[in-house]
Amino acid sequence: MADDHGLGGSSGECHMCLAIPGKIIEISADNPDTAIVDVVSVRRKVDLGLLQDDRPQPGDWVLIHVGFAMSKISEQDAQDQMQTLRILGEAEAAMQEVQGYGLPDRGEVN
Amino acid sequence: MKFVDEFREPELVRRTAEEIRRLVDPHRHYRLMEVCGGHTHAIYRFGLKDLLPANIELIHGPGCPVCVLPMGRIDDGLALAQDPNVIFAAFGDMMRVPGANGSPLEHKARGMDVRIVYSPSDALKLAKLNPDRHVVFFAIGFETTAPSTALTMMRAKADGLRNFSVFCNHVTIIPAIRAILDSPDMRLDAFIGPGHVSTVIGCRPYEWIVKNEHKPIVVSGFEPLDMLQSIVMLLHQLRNGEAKVENQYKRVVPWEGNHAALRAMAEVFQLRPYFEWRGLGFISQSALRVRDTYADWDAEQRFEVPGVRVTDPKAAQCGEVLKGVLKPHQCKLFGRECTPEHPIGALMVSSEGSCAAYYNYEHRKAAMVNILSPTA
Repeated sequence: MADDHGLGGSSGECHMCLAIPGKIIEISADNPDTAIVDVVSVRRKVDLGLLQDDRPQPGDWVLIHVGFAMSKISEQDAQDQMQTLRILGEAEAAMQEVQGYGLPDRGEVN
Repeated sequence: MKFVDEFREPELVRRTAEEIRRLVDPHRHYRLMEVCGGHTHAIYRFGLKDLLPANIELIHGPGCPVCVLPMGRIDDGLALAQDPNVIFAAFGDMMRVPGANGSPLEHKARGMDVRIVYSPSDALKLAKLNPDRHVVFFAIGFETTAPSTALTMMRAKADGLRNFSVFCNHVTIIPAIRAILDSPDMRLDAFIGPGHVSTVIGCRPYEWIVKNEHKPIVVSGFEPLDMLQSIVMLLHQLRNGEAKVENQYKRVVPWEGNHAALRAMAEVFQLRPYFEWRGLGFISQSALRVRDTYADWDAEQRFEVPGVRVTDPKAAQCGEVLKGVLKPHQCKLFGRECTPEHPIGALMVSSEGSCAAYYNYEHRKAAMVNILSPTA
């Protein structure tokens, strides 16, 4: 967002209160705690270990926090949550965070 | 203007604001504390105060993990990273937080190996990719973040990964609320409860506030409409002389919380007898330490931690602002020596800190009032 005042994305900050909605695309065949999640067309690996009491399935929506799915939500709530991030001016920071999940294999991220 | 157009359901926002005006007793002053830093950010971002009657005062609470961390803990973490074999990994939020000898970012500029990670599991991956180095993850956050750290440590233990440890600065929200209620210079009427912390702990832990302190609390979402609806719910309770825990954020927060997350925390962490909070002092049983069964992955048990204690710069009044006794702009340094570009206190660093939020958004209020007032 243009009026971001350098908060969020451009300064490389992530927010510890940020909860990012994503759709489960695929659950790893050899590790049920690892899933590929789609957040506004960006796909990243997310940890499902904190939802082991109520495991999400492909097609379900979850709220993601620091790379871990924290709760299952409805598709409508997921869309509302993305809109919340937009009006909070945090959508860019959220996308930066999602893109940051999963180090490239060289480990040189910064 | 553009920014206001992006509100969801602006008409409902306006009607809810009107309902608040109808519900308030004009002879009463209301002091409502929003516990969570995310709410503080949203309140300033939306100019929410300007939709509220003048006798509703919003007091910013302690729910910004970066802001309540005493400076000494940052120096302790950076001291671990003096070892050239150590990679210091932390969330981006931490990078500009000043320690006594500079922020993590400044230490990085001086040659220290400091990396930004977006998830604790990426700090773990960093350890796997660098088997001859030791990765210290600077863990911080309330119960929203602590389960992810816990699960990461469980995975490290299961994998037998020995070159990874956590410098644990996780804190718990309930003792902080208790400390604020015990503080003699703080009189509050009700609480806007934290949203995402409550996805983990649920709503039950707040029941002591209503039982022992007779203060209403409503767990709230982060949109303008969420927060205004929460204030309506609080005003109804106050008008009826009630004190209940209510959940406005049902679409995300289950009443019982997330048991799997609570189990992971209980497996790895135990309560510290006491922990220092910036501005609030030492609060008993308010933070988490790593259990002895995970000692090999606890940076404090594996390394010598100096236990630095640094007093805040004298002129800065972070403590008073954190407790809600002073408003950000009432601090002598606000906007002069201390700005988001050159922060002296952590409240000016984190976008969830009330000083940075106030600094960045307060000037929006004129535009907000124009759009949302019924006669506009």
